[in-house]
Amino acid sequence: MFRNNYDNDSVTYSPTGRLFQVEYALEAIKQGSAAVGLTSKDYVVLVALKRNAEELGSYQKKIIKIDDHMGVALAGLAPDARVLSNFLRKQAMQCKMIFNRPIQTQKAALTIADKAQENTQSYGSRPYGVGLLIAGYDETGAHLLEFQPSGSVLEYFGAAIGARSQAARTYLERNLDDIRESDSIEKLIVHGLYALRDTLSQDVELTFKNTSVAVVGKEQPYTSYDDEDVQQWLDKLDSVTNDRNKTEGDDESRNEEEEGENAADEATQGGEESTQGDRMDTDE
Amino acid sequence: MNHDPYQWGRPSNETYGAYNYNIANANNEEFKDYNHHAHQFPKMNTQQPIITGTSVIASKFANGIIMAADHVGSYGSLLRFNNIERLIKVGSETVVGVSGDISDFQYIKRLLDELEIEEEVYDNDGGNYLKAPNVHEYLSRVMYNRRSKMDPLWNSIVVGGFDAERKPFLKYVDLLGVTYHASTIATGFGSHLAIPLLRNLIPEDKDYVKVNEDQAKKVIDDSMRVLFYRDARSGEVFSYVVIKLDEESGEVIFEFVNDAKVENQSWRFAKDIRGYASKQQ
Repeated sequence: MFRNNYDNDSVTYSPTGRLFQVEYALEAIKQGSAAVGLTSKDYVVLVALKRNAEELGSYQKKIIKIDDHMGVALAGLAPDARVLSNFLRKQAMQCKMIFNRPIQTQKAALTIADKAQENTQSYGSRPYGVGLLIAGYDETGAHLLEFQPSGSVLEYFGAAIGARSQAARTYLERNLDDIRESDSIEKLIVHGLYALRDTLSQDVELTFKNTSVAVVGKEQPYTSYDDEDVQQWLDKLDSVTNDRNKTEGDDESRNEEEEGENAADEATQGGEESTQGDRMDTDE
Repeated sequence: MNHDPYQWGRPSNETYGAYNYNIANANNEEFKDYNHHAHQFPKMNTQQPIITGTSVIASKFANGIIMAADHVGSYGSLLRFNNIERLIKVGSETVVGVSGDISDFQYIKRLLDELEIEEEVYDNDGGNYLKAPNVHEYLSRVMYNRRSKMDPLWNSIVVGGFDAERKPFLKYVDLLGVTYHASTIATGFGSHLAIPLLRNLIPEDKDYVKVNEDQAKKVIDDSMRVLFYRDARSGEVFSYVVIKLDEESGEVIFEFVNDAKVENQSWRFAKDIRGYASKQQ
């Protein structure tokens, strides 16, 4: 068996200076269903694709309210997201209680980043296995931040995490100018849903059951739409199926493109070669 | 109720039976060796102020606030220190004035310094000031928490600055955690002597918008003079802070003067006063 000597715990560096346990945690995010976030000047929108374990099961909640001015979308291990969002809620309430002001998005994100970072350098703990898109509106405006279990937090105009999220990012990049200029919530949500639609695998379409929408912004307290309430937004789309799966002829070329993107994804994920360098053959 | 200090707050044994010392976590064991009464004494961690500062007075005006406090630290009736600065600048547009125990004041000052440092750590683009209402809320939590532990910080505090809407902000909190806001606020002796003068200028809270900086400054100066005349724990030298919004540029101007002196005192009439009633020249 091939076994890696450097991925047993999160306190061991590989010879190339990597923490494999952290990278495996990042992998857990890619297994989760997609979540997309995007911002205009005054609003932030989160949309997410909910999954059910089986036909008879319910759909896993993907967007969590933190406070009247903040919410998060998750991809990865839902229990870890619960832990982190409960912590965020506590921080938000504490800020209200002690300082009588809503917590800043940036500050909130940094507090969980610090928390996540601690788990990457102490023995016996594991990194969180969840990525979060944190949307908030505060005195400094609308913000969208991406949280990773490595402890890295970055601010984005538009971001996507989870399975096939590269397709959504591509959509956001192509429509960035229009998204940034959006002055209505509706326009922003529709862009978000189009981006989310691009992450769908074959034979899946957006329905009010598997789609979650949340918005927060200027004079717009955090509002989320689930179940029947999502239908009003889905009705504004020209189609709820992934257009690359729609026409046979288009299919091949589109798939190629996607594969190309996925390949690029793999490459950034990780230096296949350097991984080889870290691996050792051991007898098991 | 028995009013012997060692029996303080205790219902009498004859009426109510033996007192249960576990009430309120009465920790009397540690005093057993010192005093034969001590085992009956409840846990002690309240204090009395030692070195104290007297009044802080403050007023709003149309586009800002003004606050003043003298430099004296009294040790009882001994005017022991004359260089205590009791106005603290917090952030770039907030001032905190503290009267009462000076050691507790120094503790509060350190708390506020820490607060300011932490604020800078998470300040993402430098545009986020710690505003006066936030500072006041924080202090009120600290004060109420301490008095709830029966270990108060023995101070009266006035916080001045601007709120989120850029309106002048003035609010009070004291050792009990009591808070209130008003257009004119003074602590201690000042609430008896300065408030009547300040209220002449600003009869109702909303009237502060009719008052300009010069008018407010004049009444504050008058009040400091009256306090120096009548408050036996006051000093002649004082500091004052003016925080105002520049209407044109929209910028906050923070003016800190720490060597103001009580001016225009009138003592000449004193030479005409002889005796206490019937003594003639």
